Amino acid sequence: MTQDILRQIIDYSHRADPYPLYEELRKTPVYQRGDGPFVLSSYYDIRSLLHDPRISSDARNLKDTASSPLGADAQEESALPPSFLRLDPPEHDRLRRMTNRSFGPPHCPTRVNDMHGDLVEIVSGLIDGIGDPEHIDLVDQFSYPFPVTVICRLLGVPREDEARFHSWADTIAAGLDPDPDAPDPAERLKRTHSARTELGMYLAGLVEERRKNPGNDMLSELATAPGPDGTMTTMELLSTAALLLIAGHETTVNLITNGMLTLLRNPEILGRLREDPKLSVDIVEELLRFEPPVQLVPQRTTLADIEVRGITIPKGASVWLVLAAGNRDPERFDHPDRFDPDRGDIQHLGFGSGIHSCFGAPLARLEAQLALSELARRLENPRLLEDPPPYRQNAVLRGPRHLRIACDGIRP
Amino acid sequence: MSSDKYLDQLKREGRIVVVGASLAGLRGAETLRAEGFTGSLTMIGDEPYEPYDRPPLSKQVLLGRATADHTALPRRRAIDAEWRLGVAAAGLDMAARRVRLADGDEVEYDRLLIATGVRARPWPQEDEAELDGVFVLRTRDDAVALERALAQSPRRVLVIGAGFTGSEIASACRERGLSVTVAERGAAPLVGALGGVVGEVAAKMQREAGVDLRTGVMVTALEGDSSGHVRSARLSDGSSVETDVVIVSLGATRNTEWLLGSGLGAGPRGIACDAGCRAFDVRGIVTDDIYVAGDVARSPHALFGYQFLSLEHWGNAVAQAETAAHNMLSESVDRRPHMWVPAFWSSQFGVNIKSVGVPSMGTEILIAQGSREERRFTGVYGYQGRVIGAVTFDQTRWLPFYEQLIETTAPFPPPFPTVDRRPEGNRPLPADFPDPSVPSHGPTVTLSGYSPADRRMTFTPARH
Repeated sequence: MTQDILRQIIDYSHRADPYPLYEELRKTPVYQRGDGPFVLSSYYDIRSLLHDPRISSDARNLKDTASSPLGADAQEESALPPSFLRLDPPEHDRLRRMTNRSFGPPHCPTRVNDMHGDLVEIVSGLIDGIGDPEHIDLVDQFSYPFPVTVICRLLGVPREDEARFHSWADTIAAGLDPDPDAPDPAERLKRTHSARTELGMYLAGLVEERRKNPGNDMLSELATAPGPDGTMTTMELLSTAALLLIAGHETTVNLITNGMLTLLRNPEILGRLREDPKLSVDIVEELLRFEPPVQLVPQRTTLADIEVRGITIPKGASVWLVLAAGNRDPERFDHPDRFDPDRGDIQHLGFGSGIHSCFGAPLARLEAQLALSELARRLENPRLLEDPPPYRQNAVLRGPRHLRIACDGIRP
Repeated sequence: MSSDKYLDQLKREGRIVVVGASLAGLRGAETLRAEGFTGSLTMIGDEPYEPYDRPPLSKQVLLGRATADHTALPRRRAIDAEWRLGVAAAGLDMAARRVRLADGDEVEYDRLLIATGVRARPWPQEDEAELDGVFVLRTRDDAVALERALAQSPRRVLVIGAGFTGSEIASACRERGLSVTVAERGAAPLVGALGGVVGEVAAKMQREAGVDLRTGVMVTALEGDSSGHVRSARLSDGSSVETDVVIVSLGATRNTEWLLGSGLGAGPRGIACDAGCRAFDVRGIVTDDIYVAGDVARSPHALFGYQFLSLEHWGNAVAQAETAAHNMLSESVDRRPHMWVPAFWSSQFGVNIKSVGVPSMGTEILIAQGSREERRFTGVYGYQGRVIGAVTFDQTRWLPFYEQLIETTAPFPPPFPTVDRRPEGNRPLPADFPDPSVPSHGPTVTLSGYSPADRRMTFTPARH
């Protein structure tokens, strides 16, 4: 093999369709070139490493951060401590448990469901406001503002401040993008670092305010309501809030946009969804397999030498798990390159698995289901104006930057 | 002579009878239909209800959060069966291929699936068991009656036996704010299934939740008042407990009496069958037309030295029924072995306990992750230098990893560090089971493949 497949995957020119490269990658299920990371791409290997307690998410266990195409870990240098995404148990478990107290069962079983009315209202408002049906940019007019409005309400972050934290969130997300050819890694790191710091300071102001005037939002509850584990320190709280805000910003937008793109490429399924909104449940699961918003997890490392398919991954190595490649592994799924919401068996890796499996999954599912079924119902004869659409730079959080579509009109 | 033809005919117009209309029976019947069986299907069940789910009975139902009639099992598909509910099977004529029912009726079969399960072991003193306020918990009716008794705010509840069911009942009682005493013959709750190291954690958990836990004692007598209601229990340590409700939670008895004298290899320990779920007759010869699944089955397990395992596990009932149904309609080379790795879960005192493998075979335990003190940990059981089981308290998500270690007969203690290893996980402890069973030596076996359809075995000769 002469070409480094990993570089090609990261290279922007393959952003619109990385799947042939993933297929190539799967031929070397434990892939490693030069001093680059160990890249795993088969479904069963990824799933088993996601459950493997010898795998750490804590960058401090990386042997040599410099050798990672990611560069040194941005978060470690930042004023904010790592969020639970980048921690191992028991710290991870404690912080995630404390966060979950104001988000999900058992302590808060109805939070997501209670947002249903809000979500419907936001979706309806955005579709009502589309304007010229001949020129729609679905990303700017719908898929981006929807989840952002939702995460702001959930956290208790004023929607008016969106312009400010949008650029921080974008910078931090770009910092996750493994781009070995980035012109000045040190400069990029600095930018990420300072975006995290600024976001942290912004959130600190909000937390201060919520402590004085608590509302019915997660930030207030995290700041004021002690559980069996006590309350988070201010720094922990800021890291957690930053994580939720960025995750709410940078992932669901891609799920919705990828969803509409895929449906427009599969008009028969779009038609069925129009007739039967309940189909959105299976459609979203299949989307999470077929076009997952998080394509790969580049942040794991080994606590010991571990053997996968006879190859030893040494202790402290950087390990990448290419979820999107595993999701199309023919060893696991029949006709993996076919978008088929009717496949009964959709145990995708789109939300990861194991202790770090997507915290916001129930909310993301509901958002995407509502968004797609409403778009299908209300857009008359929608069509793509550009295929493939232009993509964002990011290879990890992959999705279109714009999705230009047209339709004959908007149904009430 | 082609047996293809016979199988084709069986699939098309054969008669299959399923005795036992609970989880295993239903999933078996659904699998038969899914695999193309279009002949006649008869479901025989001694309870008058359509198949229902039992785990909620000792949890949500006892808490009054769900009613027992809302526990019907979800259906995977229509099975188009003739249902004979509320009438137990009373006998089997293997030569004539006939099942006799308690009402005298007879049903003929070409293939028979036996999934009669277990029932709660009753209190041995019959007159005491008859007292009002004395319960067992196995069926929907049991749960309804017990819930009603708990709703009447008894002064105290006595649970006899601190296995999983007994512990879950005690947990539900505490959650309802009831005073509860648990009497356990062993040194700690759950000690039979998980050993003393973990039992100690369970004991602490119960006491902190306000359970009056008495270990190392037996209940010697139940005493009633003049109206025949239980009022107190005498314990082997000379003490007595004033109580209005007694729950006898002493494990289960296999429903095999109806097979007595039939010639089938059935007894108090269950019905012996081969790895493909075909029943043995009393001569040790495997039958061709009688299959067994679920709690009533005893089958040899490749991973555990080919010991005959009987598993009262929800997941086992499903997997075994699917395998039995598949094999029933298959040529011998297309049959699959039942190689489900034992797994079960329990929720009690706010903790989710889950286990894989056979912890009770373990002689040692390593607390590989987390801490017992915090009640969040993963314990790994070792037997003769290999990993044989694992248990988690509120750490379920790690279990698939340890299941893989069990399946690949990985060495014990695991020779690697993990996340969240604490000082207590530096070396294994004696697992401290009251009566460890000792399996025989044998070849080691490696499992491979992920879906049951593609499970294969590779024999590796034993190393000398």
